[in-house]
Amino acid sequence: MHSDYAIEARGLSKHFNELRAVSSLDLNVPRGQIYGFLGPNGSGKSTTIRMLCGLLTPTEGSATVLDTDIPGNAKDLKPKIGYMTQRFSLFGDLTVFENLQFIAEIYSYPVAGRGARIDELLGKYNLVGQRTQLAGTMSGGQRQRLALACAVLHHPDLLLLDEPTSAVDPQSRRDFWENLFRLAGSGTTILVSTHYMDEAERCHRLAILDHGVKVADGTPQELQDDTGMHIVEVTADDPYAAQSAIHDLAEVASVTQLGVRLRVLMPESIDSPVAIVERALASREIKASARLTSATLEDVFVAVTLRPPVTQ
Amino acid sequence: MKSFSRVLAIVKKEVRQLRRDRLTFGMVVGLPVIQMLLFGYAINTDVRHLKTAIADQADTHLSQQFVAEVRQTQVVDIIESVPTARDLEDLLRRGRISIGVLIPADFDRRVNDPARAAVQLLVDGTDPTILGVANQLKSIPFGFDSTQYSPTGQSVIEVRPFYNPERRTPVNIIPGLMGVILTMTMILFTAVAIVRERERGNLELLINTPLSSTELMVGKVIPYIVIGMLQLALILGVGRLLFDVPVRGSVVDLYLAATAFVAANLALGLLISTAANTQFQAMQMMVFILLPSILLSGFMFPFDGMPTFAQYIGEVLPNTHFIRLTRGIMLRDAALAELLPDLFYLIGFTLVAMTVAAMRFSKRLD
Repeated sequence: MHSDYAIEARGLSKHFNELRAVSSLDLNVPRGQIYGFLGPNGSGKSTTIRMLCGLLTPTEGSATVLDTDIPGNAKDLKPKIGYMTQRFSLFGDLTVFENLQFIAEIYSYPVAGRGARIDELLGKYNLVGQRTQLAGTMSGGQRQRLALACAVLHHPDLLLLDEPTSAVDPQSRRDFWENLFRLAGSGTTILVSTHYMDEAERCHRLAILDHGVKVADGTPQELQDDTGMHIVEVTADDPYAAQSAIHDLAEVASVTQLGVRLRVLMPESIDSPVAIVERALASREIKASARLTSATLEDVFVAVTLRPPVTQ
Repeated sequence: MKSFSRVLAIVKKEVRQLRRDRLTFGMVVGLPVIQMLLFGYAINTDVRHLKTAIADQADTHLSQQFVAEVRQTQVVDIIESVPTARDLEDLLRRGRISIGVLIPADFDRRVNDPARAAVQLLVDGTDPTILGVANQLKSIPFGFDSTQYSPTGQSVIEVRPFYNPERRTPVNIIPGLMGVILTMTMILFTAVAIVRERERGNLELLINTPLSSTELMVGKVIPYIVIGMLQLALILGVGRLLFDVPVRGSVVDLYLAATAFVAANLALGLLISTAANTQFQAMQMMVFILLPSILLSGFMFPFDGMPTFAQYIGEVLPNTHFIRLTRGIMLRDAALAELLPDLFYLIGFTLVAMTVAAMRFSKRLD
């Protein structure tokens, strides 16, 4: 049975002794899209990805990945997925070419097309000059391109990327995402975990994880439209003083400082949020202006990972 | 077919990595040579050139002949002549000599009197081997024909050692040393083989590919079997060149036995590798195998002389069986067909250890 979804997970949980790393996760990842996992360290992103490729056995629940049931049939799944680990996991004491060759051999890539495929990848991922360089001596960005080249060598239908850009500079991250869009354009489904907002914004769809629980799920736009929060932006000469004036208000869920600006999150159920903020500032004679604005993904993240919102 | 090419991929990768790993590569050659020199030269249980002083208080024609006789054994080096027994004791106490030979003034008369000892040996008893040597020397005065006042050249006790008439230690030690060296290097290489990939993160990549546990294990073992064979050739070469150790039996038999032994050690190494979490842990576990392999395998001490429970431990160790095989083939000209139980044990050990290792190595992280 061919499903429209590359990944369907139902009530997926993983407990390590007392620790509930992932709790009852439901997930639908459409084919051919870039699906993001956004969450802080320890939120269960890696654990989920490892369960989805059969590396970890779920404590509860099950998943269907590329029409294959896991954990039962993980073996059949391996040739169809590409996996990029959080840590560089290729062989530092082999050259770029040797690493690619090894991966081609392990995936039984047809011998006739092997050389051409490796050359193609070296070109695509800008590694022609590093062909005979030992992988261990390369820069972070180069290693990451090699890791991606190795992960896609066998034309996988699904690519699982576990924080692939955590060790590279912004330019390399931009290039990396160019490559991901190209792959998605040619029909590859990509599941990528990250803790960068700008990367999350690039995904077609997004799930936000917090302490092993999925707290939000949707397109970046949907999530921004539906935070359940008023976002009040305060501009002040003395943002620190302004922050202390606002912070303890019962109506305020969170205050984040961005330079001279403060982003104040207040539950949607509150009427006239700007007035409340302005009154608090005026009472301490702080010079500042406040206005209502639309949510960024960062606001979404702050909103959904808050402790239970303040009572009205 | 796919499986075969995947195994080949692992073999190729291992060889490439090994070639770039100077330290490991050096160990392949360096470890056997250094061990051979260490054991061959330094650990020599037939003691020679013990420092000795003589107090010849008789100073007669006969006593001088006796001293010449003692000197000829080469067991002792006479470094000093002193007048009195007290001087000998003094030298002993200061550690200048190991043996003091005291020839009393009435030596000529004592030689003729079987009831009284003619010569007194003052021995440093702190080392039991030296005491043993002293006992050897004791037989010399009895070789004199008391009626003719001249040496007869005959010993009362005749020792006729088989297989090693010169009683040289290397001949006995090197077949066993082969086992120790191969145990050390083979287990060392494979014990870290899987753990190293786990530490470097390579394993997470490998277990996400179609590669199976068995393919990974077999691919990792093959290059080291070849290395084991090279080491064996090296040991035999050095043994021949420096210590004149013979191979009396068939070299083919010896290589067959060694192949089984190398495989057994590699399998054991892999087993350690699946149990250890870090390379350091793997090393610690290796010590637990290595020490008994040296002490309880019959390499250091005669197997039959060990307590029963130590013999049980010894029987489990591959090295014990390999030493029986090599001593048989190299020194006693035995055919492999006559030593089948030991060979079968090694093959059985390999199969069991490999199976357990492949089973223990799960393609999961939990």
